[in-house]
Amino acid sequence: SVSHSQITRLYSRFTSLDKGENGTLSREDFQRIPELAINPLGDRIINAFFPEGEDQVNFRGFMRTLAHFRPIEDNEKSKDHNGPEPLNSRSNKLHFAFRLYDLDKDDKISRDELLQVLRMMVGVNISDEQLGSIADRTIQEADQDGDSAISFAEFVKVLEKVDVEQKMSIRFLH
Amino acid sequence: MFLLLPFDSLVVNLLGISITVLFTLLLVFIIVPAVFGVSFGIRRVYMKTLLKIFQWATLRIERGAKEKNHPLYNPSVNGIIAKEPTSLEEEIKEIRRSGSSKALDAPEFELSDIFYFCRKGIETIMDDEVTKRFSAEELESWNLLSRTNYNFQYISLRLTVLWGLGVLIRYCFLLPLRVALAFTGISLLVTGTTVVGYLPNGRCKEFLSKHVHLMCYRICVRALTAIITYHDRENRPRNGGICVANHTSPIDVIILASDGYYAMVGQVHGGLMGVIQRAMVKACPHVWFERSEVKDRHLVAKRLTEHVQDKSKLPILIFPEGTCINNTSVMMFKKGSFEIGATVYPVAIKYDPQFGDAFWNSSKYGMVTYLLRMMTSWAIVCSVWYLPPMTRQPEEDAVQFANRVKSAIARQGGLVDLLWDGGLKREKVKDTFKEEQQKLYSKMIVGNHEDRSRS
Repeated sequence: SVSHSQITRLYSRFTSLDKGENGTLSREDFQRIPELAINPLGDRIINAFFPEGEDQVNFRGFMRTLAHFRPIEDNEKSKDHNGPEPLNSRSNKLHFAFRLYDLDKDDKISRDELLQVLRMMVGVNISDEQLGSIADRTIQEADQDGDSAISFAEFVKVLEKVDVEQKMSIRFLH
Repeated sequence: MFLLLPFDSLVVNLLGISITVLFTLLLVFIIVPAVFGVSFGIRRVYMKTLLKIFQWATLRIERGAKEKNHPLYNPSVNGIIAKEPTSLEEEIKEIRRSGSSKALDAPEFELSDIFYFCRKGIETIMDDEVTKRFSAEELESWNLLSRTNYNFQYISLRLTVLWGLGVLIRYCFLLPLRVALAFTGISLLVTGTTVVGYLPNGRCKEFLSKHVHLMCYRICVRALTAIITYHDRENRPRNGGICVANHTSPIDVIILASDGYYAMVGQVHGGLMGVIQRAMVKACPHVWFERSEVKDRHLVAKRLTEHVQDKSKLPILIFPEGTCINNTSVMMFKKGSFEIGATVYPVAIKYDPQFGDAFWNSSKYGMVTYLLRMMTSWAIVCSVWYLPPMTRQPEEDAVQFANRVKSAIARQGGLVDLLWDGGLKREKVKDTFKEEQQKLYSKMIVGNHEDRSRS
């Protein structure tokens, strides 16, 4: 599991982001990070930290969300096969990415949702029609049960060959 | 009551004697050398002794922590997570390569593209390059100031006693000494420049003005116990040039001005600063702007250009970052001073935070609190490098020139060269940067306009 010094470092980071010094972070605290503010999907990522309907996240919640990005090798050391699936399993990492697309949290990526996320990623550089056809094509390739939306299972199938473990993991330096 | 009298006068006598001794020492060992610009080397001996004590203290903490099995907090100097310096294009191509067997040259959208933005975003949440520049640097070994300690617990009696002794020395001996010196320095500056101001313009006035300025700055340097090492003094700025340096604190001005005679540029303040500014400008032409004038960039540029073109006028001292940065990096230089067309003399200033962190975190501490913290640190130790003069080349514009100067300063001082604006301390980042990212990504999914007909 996470080492003591990693927790201390992240806590130190948490407190330096917490400008209001009240033990929780708000969305503004995240938006103050310039490199995150220029990320096209910055707002979606920030949203992932806040549970439904809440505006503040405490350190526990902060760590929970970041735990999705621990490298999978770490799990080899603590083989707890009877416990719940660890947050940084391949499946949970994929679920995190799925939730970035799934705006209304109905466990399906509809054409509309895909269009909205695509629009965030490309800004004003692509026309509506072109973006629409990209969205249509993507859904067509992924959709298997014919409901013109991508379920989580279909999402996993499309990405079965992608090296999720490496691309959705962040390593600590030491 | 009667019994107290003899004790009373004894105490008063002792007090009187010690104050006289203190002031004589002050005069002989500090003020007189400052006036003549010589040094006894007392500060360097002090610095070496302190270093030995710090090393001992750090070893002691480490040993104590091991014995008690306490985990030690090691401050991160180079960031806490591993980051790959690859571009958006490379990363997304790599993700797609592992995921599908389709041809990679055809631009298209893949569901896996989101992994790139997701991971980059989370990385910046854990550790970003910009926000950490606006708070004090973390130290690797402890310097007996509780303000810099992350492992301070009762480790050993000896260590606590040493720390307590340190507090006593710093607050009861060094602080009053420094305050007295600062007071002397500032009042001499104000009275000296006012007196010199009454003289008619000419060689005599210039000579006296220069020496009054230098003398008072040197006293202020000793008021902070600043131990400065100047390198390459042959490159010192000359008349008609502009001196640019990286900015960490208001003390930068004192450090540079105690080794050279500059014309200051700045906004007119009220209070004590205003008094000092008005006095200084009587003796030699500094460039002070009213608050309203600062916004007018053309006016500022015009006045600076006029000053620079008059070869008899002193080199201007400017800090193009516009705000205090924590001395681990150099942030974007504002291009105003690089458009004027004068020779630029870059100066790199690097503080050693071991003895006292000079960074002024203006959102956390006001000026008075900051000065108090400075005067209760052990010392301010820094190195100043005078870099060879640079001029704008015909094929580069002001921004490129500014970046070139900035890189030279960063390289010399061992600082990270960042393109980010120091103004991000208080303001939000401009949308144009996000738009750049979006444009880059759009190219990856639809290619350039010529390829559009394919899909």
